This record gives sequence, structure tokens and C-alpha cells, in this order.
Amino acid sequence: MRRFLLISVPYLWLLTLFLIPFVIVFKIALSDAALAIPPYMPTMKDGLSAMFSQLDFENFIFLTEDDLYWKAYLSSLEIAFISTFLTLLLGYPIAYAMARAPHEWRATLMMLIILPFWTSFLIRVYAWVGILSTEGLLNRFLFWIGAISEPLMILNTSTAVYIGIVYTYIPFMILPIYAALERLDASLIEAAEDLGCSRVKAFWLITIPLSKGGIIAGCFLVFIPALGEFVIPSLLGGSGTLMIGKVLFEEFFSNRDWPVASAVAVILLIILIIPIILFQRNEQRQQEAEG
Amino acid sequence: MNRLSSFNVVSLTFGFAFLYLPMLILVIYSFNKSKLVTVWAGFSTKWYGELLSNEAFLDAAWVTLKVAVISSSIATVLGTMAAYTLVRGGRFFGRTLFSGMIYAPLVMPEVITGLSLLLLFIGIGMDRGVLTIVLAHTTFSMCFVSVVVSSRLATFERSLEEAALDLGASPFEAFRLVTLPIIAPAVVSGWLLAFTLSLDDLVIASFATGPAATTLPMKIWSSVRLGVSPEINALSSILIGLVASGVITVSLVSKRHSVLMQKEERIAERIENN
Repeated sequence: MRRFLLISVPYLWLLTLFLIPFVIVFKIALSDAALAIPPYMPTMKDGLSAMFSQLDFENFIFLTEDDLYWKAYLSSLEIAFISTFLTLLLGYPIAYAMARAPHEWRATLMMLIILPFWTSFLIRVYAWVGILSTEGLLNRFLFWIGAISEPLMILNTSTAVYIGIVYTYIPFMILPIYAALERLDASLIEAAEDLGCSRVKAFWLITIPLSKGGIIAGCFLVFIPALGEFVIPSLLGGSGTLMIGKVLFEEFFSNRDWPVASAVAVILLIILIIPIILFQRNEQRQQEAEG
Repeated sequence: MNRLSSFNVVSLTFGFAFLYLPMLILVIYSFNKSKLVTVWAGFSTKWYGELLSNEAFLDAAWVTLKVAVISSSIATVLGTMAAYTLVRGGRFFGRTLFSGMIYAPLVMPEVITGLSLLLLFIGIGMDRGVLTIVLAHTTFSMCFVSVVVSSRLATFERSLEEAALDLGASPFEAFRLVTLPIIAPAVVSGWLLAFTLSLDDLVIASFATGPAATTLPMKIWSSVRLGVSPEINALSSILIGLVASGVITVSLVSKRHSVLMQKEERIAERIENN
């Protein structure tokens, strides 16, 4: 009896508040918009058989016809790809240096990487608004050292979105790479160097391949949340920066077109399933390699 | 290997400067006298004063705190139960679905979670406000708690529980007297994680709430959309200060705890050897 309660309470909670809402999203994505509250035609009103005859892919067809959505999906993918790459480029040397740091520093360095996680995401993104704006600190600084004569437009461009994503997600990249590098046996590199390998070559032939698992995990941990990001493109990117999270939010709250918003969500989910499965495979392979 | 090359020193310095300078600048400029946020006009604490007399912000802070305390507490109970079932529960009907529902919210884009919950609340005709935000936050944070707790449960010796059961404890007593004290640090960090996730959340709360309740992140959001404001800088600095001191305290306490544990283990070893 106790065992039954133990299992059923969290189970039922997740069924009602996680699974059923998804079923509703799918259902509404397949129904017609209506000028009413709630603003969609209830699909299940006239029984099950009527429900299936009423379902249609109109909203999905609409999504393929309007190139706003195409552009939004493509530019989300592009922004997520580029910023994941930039995060890797910046995060790897930091993780590497942490793994090479003296033992007694490492706990502190780890804490310094994790600390920003606990600070409000919104505030960390907001901090860049004051730095990147045309009268912002970065422009003032560059002007002061004489690097520019005209203020740079950074805020409200994709560059600002890249900076925002790299800044907020870099701990996700650093931690798995650091974990992989810390386990790396230093004597392997010494052996390679003894055998006449140059430092750079030993890095490419030993360090990088042995930290591959960490690199892949870090890339997915940045790519997956970056793809559906809403706060960063809304705050740092201008109207020219299209990202699907932002489109969904606006479709829902400004246009009040719930069926289309739901269809946008369904497609975003389908796009996300591929990297999520790949990520889980990578994790499994890591665990098997360890065990 | 204990000497850092200059390349490593440079990447650490730049890395941490990149992580911390923006927040440091934010804190410094919260003490700026001028309304123009990027021009320094002398030291002043007037924005803190204005913030503390701003009713709307104080109300939102109170709502946020209430939501965070309630949702993280329920999430901790549910998440620990879920973790226990996953690690110790053996086989049961729909186990794969259950573990899928635990891991899916961790990678789900916030906009989708929020949208789906809102459609549910409207579908069943629920008034949206503090209660619906609590339900929404509990749902995603219980999954984080469950992941934290189950990683601890997976690593500790099951024989300890079995010993208690052999010595006549009921399963519940074995959990309360043996398992719970051992996994307690993970439960506490799960609660803290759930608490900060709830404090921090903007997107899901915006979907889940109605006109009746506004949380602090929503309040911050609506004013930062209009640009930088010194009041928000002051508020951010307060939040950064609270989080930093909280995290540092927790890590110092847990460090002392592990030192004590090591000492006890050494004493136990010595007794055994004698």
C-alpha cells in the first residue's frame, strides 16, 4: 500500500501537469482558430469520431506557407550552432586551465564557475544591456582608447545575442569538459612528449580525443536550451533577430493565435528530439566506457 | 604538473573576468547618483531607497518568495519520492514513461512548458494566480530535485538499508532512520536548486499567471524592456548579494561537514585497528 502511494503520487502529478498539457498542445495545434475565448474550436466537443474528422493540418500547412516561420526556425538553428561553437572556443581553454590548476584551487574554481548559475538568469542578461548599448560602457571604453570614432551598434543585433548566449551558457560547456580533462592521465601526455611528440601535437592527438565525451556533452547542453531561447533574443536582439522562442511567445500573447502557437511548439519539439536523443546516446556511451 | 603555464593563467583570468565583470559593473552602477545609467555622477544609495519605497516591487517580491518557498518544498517531497521509486522501486507498470517524464522537463524549452500548462489551466477553467504558478514551478523543479537525489541514492550502499530491515525496522523506519540522514545533503541541495529556479523563472510564470499575481522577474522584465534603469540595477545588486552570500555560506558549511566526517572516520579506523 505504501509502495503504491510512493509511486502513484509523483506519477499522477507528472501525468496531470506534464503529459496531459502536451496532449492538449497537440490537440489545439490540429484545431481551427476561432474568435472566441478560448480562441480555438474545441476539437473534442462532438465525440471521438467527430474529433478525428475535424482534425486537420491546416496550421502546419500555414506554417510552411508563411516564410516568417521558416526564417525563424532556420535562424534559431543558425544562432544556436554558431553560439555553441563560440562557447566551445571560449570554454575549452578555461576548462583546460582549471584541470591543470593546483589541486587546492580546484574546488574554489569550480565554485566560481557554478556561482553565476545561482544568480538570476534575467539579471545576467540584463547586465549586458548597459554594456552594449550605443552610449554603453563598451562603446565609451573603445572611444576612450581611440579604437573607434563612431559608436558601434551592438545591442539589438545578432552579435549581442551571441554574446548573451555564450555568457549565460558557458558554465554548461566548462563543467563536462573539465570533468573529462580532470580524469585524463597526465602520464599519457608525458609519454607522448618523451617519444618526440611536440606539445601542440600531443594536445591534438591525446588531450582532444580523450576529452571528446565532455566536448560533445557540453555542446548539447548549450545547443538544446539555446534553440528555444526567449529572454536573450528579446532583450539583446533587435526586431531583426528572429528566434522561434520569441515568435511563439508573440504569436501567443500578441496575436492570440493559439492554434498556430501550438503548431510552432510542436515543430520545435520535433526539431529538438534529434539532439536530445544524440545527447542521451553520448551519455550512455560515457557511462559504459567508465563502467 | 602543479605549475600553471602563462597560457593557462591568461585563459583563467580572461574567463573569470568575462563571467564576473558584467555583474560587477551592474553592482557598481547601482550606486550611481545619475539617472543616466552609464554616466558616473558620484556615489549615492538613493536608488536603494526608492526601490524599498516602491510598493509594486515589494508586492512582487513577496509573491515570488511565497511561490518559491511553497513550490520548492512540495517539489522536494515529490522529487525525493520519485527518486526513491526510480532507484529502489524495482519494476512497476509504466516505469519507462515515469522516468521519461522526470527527464523531459529538464530539456524542454520553457516556452513550450509554459504554453502547455496555460492551455491546461484554461481547459479546466482554473483561475490563474499564485496557485497556478506554484503548480507550474513544482512540476518542473521536482524533476531537478529527483535527478539530484537519485544520483546520491545510486551511490550509497544498499546493504545499510538491508541491515536495518534485518534488525527489525519497518521499511518506513529504515527510510527515516538510515536512508534519509544519508541522502539529507542531496535533499537540501535539491530544495535550494528548486528554490532558486522558482525565484528566477520568468517565462513559465508569465504563462501560468493571470492578472492577479505578478512575480519579481515579471516586474523586472516589464521595466527592463524599456531600457536600463537604476532601480533595477539596485534590485539586481541586492539579489546578487543574497545569492553570493548564500552559496558561500552553504559551501563553507558543507566543507566543514566533510572535514568533520573525515575526522570521525579516522577515529573509527583507529578504534578498529586497536
